[in-house]
Amino acid sequence: MSLDQARQLELFTRMLRVRRFEESLIANYPMGHMSIGHEGAVVGACMALRDDDYVTGTHRSHGHPIGKGAEIAPLMAELYAKRTGICKGLGGSMHLTDTSKGLICESAIVGGGIPLATGAGLSIQVRRTDQVALCFFGDGAVNEGTFHESLNMASIWKLPVIYFCENNGYAVTTPVATSHGQPDVARRADGYGIPGVIVDGQDAEAVYEVTNAAVEQARSGVGPTLIEAKTYRFDEHSNRLPIPFAYRSEEEIAYHRRERDPVALYRDILVSRGLHSDVDAIEAAVAKTIEDAVQFAKDSPEPELQDMLDSMYSNPINFPVQHEGI
Amino acid sequence: MRNSTKKLSYLEAIVEAMREEMRRDERVILMGEDIAVYGAQGLCEEFKGPRVRNTPLSEASFTGVGVGAALTGLRPIVDLTIASFAYLASDQIINQAAKLRFMTGGQLKVPLVVRASTFYNNRTAAQHADRPYPLFMNVPGLKVLAPATATDAKGLLKSAIRDDDPVVFFEDITLWAKKEDVPADEDFLIPIGKADIKRPGSDVTIVSIAGCLPPALAAAQALAKEGVEAEVIDLRTIVPMDKETILTSVAKTGRLVIADNSHKVGSVASEVAAVVVEEGFESLRKPIQRVATPSIQIPYNANLEKLLYPTKEKISAAVRVIL
Repeated sequence: MSLDQARQLELFTRMLRVRRFEESLIANYPMGHMSIGHEGAVVGACMALRDDDYVTGTHRSHGHPIGKGAEIAPLMAELYAKRTGICKGLGGSMHLTDTSKGLICESAIVGGGIPLATGAGLSIQVRRTDQVALCFFGDGAVNEGTFHESLNMASIWKLPVIYFCENNGYAVTTPVATSHGQPDVARRADGYGIPGVIVDGQDAEAVYEVTNAAVEQARSGVGPTLIEAKTYRFDEHSNRLPIPFAYRSEEEIAYHRRERDPVALYRDILVSRGLHSDVDAIEAAVAKTIEDAVQFAKDSPEPELQDMLDSMYSNPINFPVQHEGI
Repeated sequence: MRNSTKKLSYLEAIVEAMREEMRRDERVILMGEDIAVYGAQGLCEEFKGPRVRNTPLSEASFTGVGVGAALTGLRPIVDLTIASFAYLASDQIINQAAKLRFMTGGQLKVPLVVRASTFYNNRTAAQHADRPYPLFMNVPGLKVLAPATATDAKGLLKSAIRDDDPVVFFEDITLWAKKEDVPADEDFLIPIGKADIKRPGSDVTIVSIAGCLPPALAAAQALAKEGVEAEVIDLRTIVPMDKETILTSVAKTGRLVIADNSHKVGSVASEVAAVVVEEGFESLRKPIQRVATPSIQIPYNANLEKLLYPTKEKISAAVRVIL
């Protein structure tokens, strides 16, 4: 199923939100792991999901809730560590989780979210709904044991899970070329008896198409799919991480920024389809959304001690404990 | 079934608790290695289908699958079989289950039970015999249980399954075969966070953890013949700890011995001692005594292994030191 025109514009809107959200952070509140360069992969995949489908993500978390259509202001307020943040200022950049949009975990432990998406798939199967779970992870995570264990379980139990690798070529600074015996992540699917698909992550509609096909397989009970989106991270692993020497060339980065920018590429496609005025309107609207979100974040109060205490247990017993210095 | 009882072993009581809760609530599911053959005793037949999962040997991930299922509407029981395997699953227990509610500002609930049996005193040697309660006691966000009787095992496991927070449930295999009359009422629960006075006394308080209960009670019986009345408190819940019951008892007796089969450094006994020193120091008439396992790995040789754990004789001797 192809995206209709309204959905194409929504795809572009969400991609642009990720881009402008992070550009604003870089300019005003330099905190976190940026998804700039990944927008086509992340949002293309999310567009294949319903609101009630589950998503798990990673430390590079900003794109996942935005891609899933979350409200922007609580996400921005979370980055500013405010009480109105989606996680009350307790989670932050690596854990931007909006459960109202089906997100259940943004894990800063690499590979940590893969079993959780698998468990969401198991839950869907036990509860007999037609939801799916989509699991975002990076190329580094496929060398964690949880990747292997989880894909094996999803295969034997035919769980409705889409394993989606944002392969940007580098685990922090370590290249795929020197850390993966099989550099095509999708080919590992053979080892688990499930389909594996490679897609150009800078082509948002192509990502949508392959994800949508995998979602249909999952919803109909056929089982899981491993998708590998070849993408590229334009910024450093984290903008708080000092990089003592170059592990990738300036030419390589410049090439991707110039020729392989997923937002610019998709903008050109929409303009070529005669949607220039819609694109202009979206750009203005997104700029306003981000501006309002920053103002909301700046105006919001700090979280309080009670917010921490309330978030510890669903069912507190003998808590908070006395004589612990608070 | 109110007020009636059933003669059950500690292990049968655990299975009974799971059976009752699986009948009561279809969100309760059971996962673990080899449960189709061992451990689930009839549950696989009764609940044949998607609610019982015989898992591959993937402790980290099937524990995480339990977490993911707990986040999305189920109430999973993950059976790790042997507590020494909890280290393989510890990232999912510590970094995910214990933290997800907090990290999301309270958006999520994690109604997960992890069963882990402390598989010691039966010649399984160093990699199967750990009693790792202290490791998990140090993790905010978890509840940690270690019952010592069939009744408490049943009532606490049922409470754990009905609780909305992640619970690590340690079962002690030295107690598995011990039988007693267990309440058959399906709503019989033992509250989490309450210790139990298993024997009242006025001269010394013995706080017992998990499988130390039988030697602690035996020590109390022996001491009674010498005219010393020991109060034996079964801690039952390690986190959240019932400080009130312990402090009230120590206020009465002025003397405290703690029997704990975990390794002594940073043990549950250490935490109980610290609480009493901080909050009940004026009550103490003599130094606190910890009877715990020394910092030595568990050997294969049975005679050597038995030297390590708290016994009736060691507990009695510790009491005599502070009389």
